[in-house]
Amino acid sequence: MSDIRTTRWRLPAAAAAITLALAACTSPSASPGTSGPAGGEPADGEVVMISSQLAPTAEAELMSNEILADFEGEVEFIGAESGPFNDQINAQAETGEGDISLIGGLDGEFQAFAANDVLTDLSDVAEELADLGINQDYLDLGKVGTDQQLYIPWMQATYIMVARTEALDYLPDGADVNDLTWEQLTEWGANIESETGERKLGFPAGEDGLLHRFFQGYAYPAFTGGVNTTFTSDAAVEMWGWMTDTWQYVNPQSTTYGFMQEPLQSGEVWVAWDHVARLIEALESDPEAFVAFPVPSGPEGKAFMPVVAGLGIPTGAPNVEGAKEVIKYLLSPETQATTLSAVSFFPVIGSELPGDLDPGLQAEADAVAAQTAADDALPALLPVGLGDQGGAYSQVFKDAFAQIVVEGQDPAEVLAGLLPNLQDIFEATGAACWAPDPPSDGPCEPQ
Amino acid sequence: MKSRLGWAPYALLVPSLAFLVVFFATPMVQAFTLAFQDPDGAFSMASVERMLRDASFRNALVTTLALVVLVIPIQFALAMAMALIINARLRGQGMWLYIYALPLGISELAAGIVWVSIFTQTGWLNSILEGLGIIDRPITWQSAETPLLLIMCVVIAEAWRATSIIMIILVAGLQSIPREYLEAADVYGATTWQRIRRVVLPMLRPSLQVALILRTILAFQVFATVIAIAGSGLDVLAGEAQRWATDIDNDHVAAAYAGLILVLSLVSTVLFLVLLPTREEHQA
Repeated sequence: MSDIRTTRWRLPAAAAAITLALAACTSPSASPGTSGPAGGEPADGEVVMISSQLAPTAEAELMSNEILADFEGEVEFIGAESGPFNDQINAQAETGEGDISLIGGLDGEFQAFAANDVLTDLSDVAEELADLGINQDYLDLGKVGTDQQLYIPWMQATYIMVARTEALDYLPDGADVNDLTWEQLTEWGANIESETGERKLGFPAGEDGLLHRFFQGYAYPAFTGGVNTTFTSDAAVEMWGWMTDTWQYVNPQSTTYGFMQEPLQSGEVWVAWDHVARLIEALESDPEAFVAFPVPSGPEGKAFMPVVAGLGIPTGAPNVEGAKEVIKYLLSPETQATTLSAVSFFPVIGSELPGDLDPGLQAEADAVAAQTAADDALPALLPVGLGDQGGAYSQVFKDAFAQIVVEGQDPAEVLAGLLPNLQDIFEATGAACWAPDPPSDGPCEPQ
Repeated sequence: MKSRLGWAPYALLVPSLAFLVVFFATPMVQAFTLAFQDPDGAFSMASVERMLRDASFRNALVTTLALVVLVIPIQFALAMAMALIINARLRGQGMWLYIYALPLGISELAAGIVWVSIFTQTGWLNSILEGLGIIDRPITWQSAETPLLLIMCVVIAEAWRATSIIMIILVAGLQSIPREYLEAADVYGATTWQRIRRVVLPMLRPSLQVALILRTILAFQVFATVIAIAGSGLDVLAGEAQRWATDIDNDHVAAAYAGLILVLSLVSTVLFLVLLPTREEHQA
């Protein structure tokens, strides 16, 4: 267990690859945010941290009991759904009263907080952490278009594919598992179905699954080259046709799946797409039984969604100094390594992490690196600047899926029916288009 | 007698009244207000209209009503049988009571998860059926493609989870029936069925009414069991309220859903009060 592998840390390569991809598509900035006066409570008090990341109970427990375990001081970690998360932070900023000293969230969420002028400048923390070699592109993202460091990059992740090894026997002729197309995935599922009689592809279409991200960051960009500007396009109709066609080889119980690692482990599903943190248990439990591989490509390229989470301090935070200590702790190589092994979010720092990499994590790191480095790689950002409309935005894609794929309605009609919902969201938030949609002057105009 | 009590009874009522006002009436009014407001606080039907054209609205309403209609009769039949078994004072009646009451101690979500482990493709049910040689390949019980099967799974889980509360009420009701009535029925040579039909059920009417009202209101709120077993495959009203409140972050539409649940609960309560009047209400 403890022998040091010389080939470890192909991770930095994966991280660098994601970074390059992101750098190519950094979105135009939101309005500048300025820091407000910070509260002056003693630094040795408890730090209350609210986070939209690691919010599922199992992950929140790992955060409290493992990742934060060695911190010298008290941190109360609260994982929250996007609704309560935005509400609490905005309410605290409005009233100037509240317990929250530290925010953990996605880049897009911080963009909205910055627009609401809710964040404190962390340039001093960034300077102190300069030795760690935090990814420069992510640091730039953390400035949210201002000259202040409004959040510090914390960790990163993405979505990949995992298959049980027995599924590889059914790959279409001539197909390379590391360079598939979405059409080949369908064929693969069809082969498995005709040979075994069972539908073994799997998607996290359950209540707490992340299927909406599949459409936002994978299927839409891969088939249409965009998301919002191509929402009702012919290519989009074609994509939904592909999805409906593929669904006949997808396990019909998929509408109950939240984390794909469980059906993969039980064998209900042989080939699945999901977030790296929601696949890792399968890969770790038996690295020999599973393979991790890059997502397939569509006509427009190999679209994928890099996820960058950051740490910020809200204005009016009762314990600013304590929160800064927590940030430094979470960015330290030891904690970044613990974070990786506990919840499989990848590091954002350049310095080498201590310890060995678990074979399961190594498999994920390799798949991520291959995915990002692909010739036809097409990074698609998480929604940017939607603020508290993020949930409503995702609901549009969930509704489209339910109506087109589950209920079998006509894609063109359903998409036309949902377009006004999408337009309302951009009208309400004024959010600009994000990659891979072309940049917009003013609010993005879905069509 | 009356004058000596003075204000005491009213004073004693104040705490519970205050509790109801603070924790029930006020949020109820607030919820209704929210449902009929736009984000700026002006009166508006927009949220209710948004709910009505919500993609899941029709499904949620139909599924919720279907669950109420399917679950409640099953639960009452089961609860009645269980209560009669306990009341028959068989050997080990205490044990029966404990076994039947067991699900009361389990949370709704935990119960749902237990049933997932039974119904999932690699779950207990398929394993047993395969072991017995009844099927050669797992049956998919929890699929949105077979909604009837899916609803059946939820009905079974709900029946298991929430029958005991009815049973407890019915046992209490049964035990308050004076033995003289049953003895009199015996004297006239009534059969068991006649005793249940002519003596027990009429005497049990107040308990039945309470249990029906309670259980129906809870059935309109069904949520965690459905989420656990059906995932996104079945929509129910309470689930939609939750989705709009936490995922979509629109309290107004969430309140519209909550208000609809409240209206349905009120209507069903009134229906039960009218259709199943107890003796006192008859006389009044």
